[in-house]
Amino acid sequence: MEKNKKRLFGISASLILVLLLVLFGFWAANRAHENRMHQDTLARVKKTKTINWGVKTDTKLFGLVNTKSGQSEGFDVDLAKALTKQIGKQVGEQLTPTFTPVNASSKVQLLKNTNIDGVLAVMTITKERAKVVDFSKPYFPAGNSLLVKKDSGIQSIQDLNGPSKTILIALGTTAADTVKKEAPKAKVLALQDYASAMQALKAGQGQAIVTDNAILYGLVSENPDYHVVGGIMGYAPYGIAFDHNQPGMVRQANQALDVLKKNGTYNALIEKWFGQVPGLNLSELEVQA
Amino acid sequence: MMIFDHYRSLFISGFGYTIAASLIALVASLVLGTFFALLQLSKKRAWAALGNAYVQFFRNVPLLIITLFFYLAVAKVIKMTGFVAGTVALSLYTSAFIAESVRAGILAIDKGQMEGALANGLSYGQAMSRIVLPQAFKVAIPSLGNQFINLVKNSSILAFVGGLDLMYQGNLVAASSFDTFTSYIIVGLFYLLLTLPLSYGMQYLEERLQESR
Repeated sequence: MEKNKKRLFGISASLILVLLLVLFGFWAANRAHENRMHQDTLARVKKTKTINWGVKTDTKLFGLVNTKSGQSEGFDVDLAKALTKQIGKQVGEQLTPTFTPVNASSKVQLLKNTNIDGVLAVMTITKERAKVVDFSKPYFPAGNSLLVKKDSGIQSIQDLNGPSKTILIALGTTAADTVKKEAPKAKVLALQDYASAMQALKAGQGQAIVTDNAILYGLVSENPDYHVVGGIMGYAPYGIAFDHNQPGMVRQANQALDVLKKNGTYNALIEKWFGQVPGLNLSELEVQA
Repeated sequence: MMIFDHYRSLFISGFGYTIAASLIALVASLVLGTFFALLQLSKKRAWAALGNAYVQFFRNVPLLIITLFFYLAVAKVIKMTGFVAGTVALSLYTSAFIAESVRAGILAIDKGQMEGALANGLSYGQAMSRIVLPQAFKVAIPSLGNQFINLVKNSSILAFVGGLDLMYQGNLVAASSFDTFTSYIIVGLFYLLLTLPLSYGMQYLEERLQESR
């Protein structure tokens, strides 16, 4: 009898604890929600004199950590630096860029929690995402393509439309929608990031990787046994993401992007990062004056 | 709870894979762990050294590395999915800890039990399996309970190799709903759904066995 009482007490105590934890979770989520209603990104940036950008750490050509410096390097990172300088000029402040690593599942949450001010991390503009974040104008033209082993004989995504085929994607990318549309019968396996997807492809865990062509070219440059096939499936450009309802910051970013495109900085960065990539047509990426 | 309603089938299927992986790994690691505990206590030096080497290796290497080894390297020779690779790695990893718990349990049993059994004409194997091991497990139960709870939580390693488990689906939901917070809270509650009954079950078993002593 005594023991039963004790056990009952233990069970109810832990249930109460769980309940408290859940309540706390919702309270915190609610607070974060309230926060974002009142925080103006541009005002915060002016006050702290920094723009904290969320960037990738695992994506060659866009944001890949240099193992020596520990800093991300790539087109996104350089563009972020140039934008910070230009936005600083526009608002009359000396702004410095700082960088925070983000991944697919953390980037939006970090924006909402105001841990970062903007996301420059190969983020495709989609309708669903535009409901929760604000996008700038497109800053990079991209579209999903297919990476396969050279001797696999696979020519297009139709070759993979069967239940015995597995297509590898990176978590939280638009590739999931592309595969669902173009090869609905294939199995889709989401790996943590592009590097893991590449490792899994090499280990034979799938027949192809689907993701943006520019990223695939980055993977090819280190894995010459593989090539990009199948053309571009749908035009899906990247945008710079800010917290929802930030017209001031978005306007500044768009204006800065226009200036960088006009004064040649943008083309110089394209040249720097994509000039040496085989198979990529540079004139499709550069803006025409 | 809109997220749960919207992605219910993903969470449920992930929950199923997590239960499956946990159950398989639990049985496999208990069998392997007991085997290696006995090997460690073998009177033959070589066997004992082998058992010890196994335990030391698998409990001192991160689970993620064992998992990736099976998923990326072994899979080139023997085809296996992420689910299989993750479950095998989880079984091996946990078995090392279980071996230690069982070994401690056996050592806690008075030598006289074994000597008495042998004196009564039982073989070493019979004495071990019928006299010593049942008592040893009784002693080892609190620590085994710990290992089982860790095992269930560690099964989230499957997410790293596309193992379709609860954590994998949770990552997918977090990435596509943009509500990371709620997604992971739901995932956490599902894990509690497994670990809390397991916890109390082990406690109950412990009490029952105390009484029977």
